[in-house]
Amino acid sequence: MTETQVAEVGTAETGMPDKLEFDVIVVGAGPAGLAAGTVCARAGLDTIIIERGRKPGTKNMMGGVLYTRPTAQVWPEFWKEAPLERCVIEQNQWIMTEDSVIKMGYRSPHFAEGVPNCFTVLRVKIDQYFAEQAEAAGALIINETKVDEVLQDDGHVVGVRTGRADGDVYAPVVILAEGVNPQLTCALGMQEDLKPDVAAVTVKEVLRLDPEIIEERFGLNEGEGATIEMFGAPTRGMLGTAFLYTNQNSLSLGLGVLLSEFAEIPDTPHDLLQELKRHPAVAPLIEGAEPAEYMAHLIPEGGYNKMPTLFGHGVMIAGDAAQLVNGLHREGSNHAILSGKTAAETAIDAHEKGNFSAQVLGHYRQRLAETAPTIADLRKYRKATKFMEHHPVLSVYPALAAWAFEQMLTVDDKTKRQKQWEIIKEALRRRKPWGMAWDAIDGGLSFI
Amino acid sequence: MLKIVICVKQVPDTTEVRIDPETNTLIREGVPAIVNPFDAHATQAAQHLKAKYGAHLTVLSMGPPQAVEAIKKCVSMGADRGILLSDRAFAGADTWATSYALTAGLRRIADEQGMDLVLCGKQAIDGDTAQVGPGIARRLGWPQITYAIGIPDVDVEAGTITVERRLEDGVEVVKARLPAVVTVVEEINELEYASLPEMIRAARYEPEVWTSDDLDVEEQFLGLNGSPTTVSEIFPPPQPEAGEIIAGGRDDSAAAVQELVDKLIQRVEAGTAEK
Repeated sequence: MTETQVAEVGTAETGMPDKLEFDVIVVGAGPAGLAAGTVCARAGLDTIIIERGRKPGTKNMMGGVLYTRPTAQVWPEFWKEAPLERCVIEQNQWIMTEDSVIKMGYRSPHFAEGVPNCFTVLRVKIDQYFAEQAEAAGALIINETKVDEVLQDDGHVVGVRTGRADGDVYAPVVILAEGVNPQLTCALGMQEDLKPDVAAVTVKEVLRLDPEIIEERFGLNEGEGATIEMFGAPTRGMLGTAFLYTNQNSLSLGLGVLLSEFAEIPDTPHDLLQELKRHPAVAPLIEGAEPAEYMAHLIPEGGYNKMPTLFGHGVMIAGDAAQLVNGLHREGSNHAILSGKTAAETAIDAHEKGNFSAQVLGHYRQRLAETAPTIADLRKYRKATKFMEHHPVLSVYPALAAWAFEQMLTVDDKTKRQKQWEIIKEALRRRKPWGMAWDAIDGGLSFI
Repeated sequence: MLKIVICVKQVPDTTEVRIDPETNTLIREGVPAIVNPFDAHATQAAQHLKAKYGAHLTVLSMGPPQAVEAIKKCVSMGADRGILLSDRAFAGADTWATSYALTAGLRRIADEQGMDLVLCGKQAIDGDTAQVGPGIARRLGWPQITYAIGIPDVDVEAGTITVERRLEDGVEVVKARLPAVVTVVEEINELEYASLPEMIRAARYEPEVWTSDDLDVEEQFLGLNGSPTTVSEIFPPPQPEAGEIIAGGRDDSAAAVQELVDKLIQRVEAGTAEK
């Protein structure tokens, strides 16, 4: 943490005012930052959004499912014009062993009616669309610029220092939407340094494939999409999931595993992804698809327990930087957008009051709790990650369930009752009764 | 004050471009657009002249509407004014038609504010022709100085410019009369990071967009119609032959050297026989 006096910056040569001042500074042009920037700019606040990447979205990654209703709270009816991939009408859950799979899923045309529920997206395209909306609202986006430091005066955040020459910029309120590795938030002492047990490392390939082939393989009509979440073997029973999403003319195939569990095995995330591509249930779906992009990113998994203080004097934290991700339901961008929007509303309120203290900015957390499901959902699953870490739920049970299915579906000379007994015996061999009973109770308490 | 115009082109970032193996054309889809690197160095060179002598810098480009991004980038590098020639009539232009339209733009700029020096990059990385800069000079009837690696002196009073040119076997120092056209190579300078105030100024800057109606041009010389060049074939350069490793050098170096000498003699003889 660095205390910096508000200093005059001489830039007379360029005819600029001596000190770069805005009403709001947003650090990071991801979903949280762009939502915050859009809402602030619409309210007439002089807003600057500072982004590290060449363009918004170029340094970002998600699976990517974007939920329509939360997004539309900031950009109404965006789905009618935004560069979206496919409207998701079918969502599948696969429980997998090395060569077999138990499939569950739900498909309904309702998901495409009225306000469609969600879409698959590619971040480079959608983030740049959101950035255009923020700029249209009047926000100024500065790309290729890293924020090195938060400037403080007497315990109040008053601006940021960028890596560029004459790089100090001031505002009475700063919204940190800096993403999963929140160095500024940590430097302010508002969050602990990122630990391997609160982040998942996720890798993903974008595999190019003709739209007609995608639609045929996944049983989709034009513009419709399907998602598959995969549990068990793809992550070798480690805490994490794999996913396969249909884009317009590509597939997104990837997997994420808790960093601390990954550190215990010799294989790389890339190895696991290649293994998944060879899985007999996955290989036919991606056959002939050409790898177009490969990317990797961290995803926050700390949840409610690792949520930082969301506000301080002159500062608010939004999106991944605030750990606002519900990994179990693969929700992140929706919480990012809602938190960015709520932080912006609080900033507008603070400008009206002329008071940027933690007392006023503290309404951010309260507002978020009252108006969005974010905090309640994170609270509900606050024990889920801990429960699943090194837990048989992702290793023993998928194999057991697959074995049980295979027994029941194989027709031979055994009676069905004999088969049921064998399944129970096998289950007890693989997991002791008290173990199973405890899994049920512990699991119940962790998820309900 | 010295009036400089820099001609720039927005190009696909060729470090991220792949070649379609069937058509041998560039796959431009999804490839980010950048300022042609040689042109960025020309802009940086102009900024250095501005810092040294005081100058007014105008950036001129021709391209689709999204090429304003390239102009804004140059504004962040110190340009005072940016103009984009953008019109369907300009589309499909070869180097002949491009230099025609750019020259018309330059003439208008010269009429409006004066013009002592035009700076261009040596060539664009998506076409590699290196013809537009010289084409502009010829159309303006100005001296052209290509392959500049340094501009040690500009004497506005005397109306001269001194330029160091990169030649294959050395450096040539040329003094020319202003106004002149200079095309630069990358070694003329290192690109500098723009300051935050410059970034903000560029982000707020709205480049002017001129159509063919804003220029004194004849429609028949514009775009595809005005382009005498036809591309008959595009092909990647041939792959270099794979090298050959002569093994066993560590155990018996004399034998390995002998083998190498034999091979070289064979090759020379084969070459002589062919001739």
